[in-house]
Amino acid sequence: MHEYSLVQALLQRVEEEARSRRASAVHRITVRIGPLAGVERALFATAYDFCRSGTLCDTAELVLTGEDVDWRCTACGAQIPDGTRLACPECGWPARLEGGDALILERIDLEVPQDV
Amino acid sequence: MCEDCGCGDSKIVPVEVHEHLLAGNDRTAAHNRSHFRGHGVVAINLMGSPGAGKTAILEATARALGNACRLAAITGDLETERDAVRLRAAGIPAAAITTGSACHLDAEMVHHALHDDMAHAADYLFIENVGNLVCPAIYDLGQEVNVVALSVTEGEDKPLKYPVMFRRADLVLLTKIDLLPALPEYDRAAVEDALAHVMPAPRVIAVSARTGAGVGEWVHWIQQLREQSTLARAAAS
Repeated sequence: MHEYSLVQALLQRVEEEARSRRASAVHRITVRIGPLAGVERALFATAYDFCRSGTLCDTAELVLTGEDVDWRCTACGAQIPDGTRLACPECGWPARLEGGDALILERIDLEVPQDV
Repeated sequence: MCEDCGCGDSKIVPVEVHEHLLAGNDRTAAHNRSHFRGHGVVAINLMGSPGAGKTAILEATARALGNACRLAAITGDLETERDAVRLRAAGIPAAAITTGSACHLDAEMVHHALHDDMAHAADYLFIENVGNLVCPAIYDLGQEVNVVALSVTEGEDKPLKYPVMFRRADLVLLTKIDLLPALPEYDRAAVEDALAHVMPAPRVIAVSARTGAGVGEWVHWIQQLREQSTLARAAAS
């Protein structure tokens, strides 16, 4: 259940950003989570709902985006399907993960007073 | 709040961040790593299920190495210092982190737990993580390598069920092999095959802390690691 500590790290980061820009509230947060990030998206969303009350993110929408898993041969760059043996069928070299483990805070949309 | 025209009393300001959610942890981990490397300490993050035999492996490591190397350990558990007490009895200076409800160690906890003698005067620092095949995998602690202990009684398919943990392993220690006579159906090839589906270059050492089988190979592996890091330090200086 590390999703709760991840959400706390997220809220802390977002609040820092909001304060430094004198935002009155946070409108939306966009986070990218890959299938190999080791984070359960549904749990993450639940943890967010649990932790956000009383923070600047109280009414902020959480948008979770994803990405595809992309294993490539270290030698020839050929794509190796996830769920198969992670070595190139042609060269025998081990695969390298090029995408799919993202756990990235992409964007914060802040509500900032007009006069700021 | 109107997002299109900005009417009303506030405006929407988009801030592109593109930052790892654990960036704060990663910074502390980088600090730990630089400290370990600077002092020639090889830090090994030992992970695995509760009861996989992590502490027993470290006890066996101490028996095998004797006074040849300076070992130190940090143990993580939700409650009790029992593992640290066991390791001290085995001759390994050990600090315990009791995490309360946290299911993993993070870089900050490790940083706080480091004693000077561990941080400066050890050849190997073993960080025995909280027993868990899920959460510890995503937290960088500043370690040189990740080692996952997988006991034969856990079955052959754990790597497929917990791919994130095994993908990040530099080595898998297949533990408790002294129990294999009681597990006639156990299929070693099936474990190797499962690992090959989640680890690009699987490396497995089968060990028994009880009989000492395989412990020499494991010790050789960490000694090679130390030689490599010593060479890397020499090249960098």
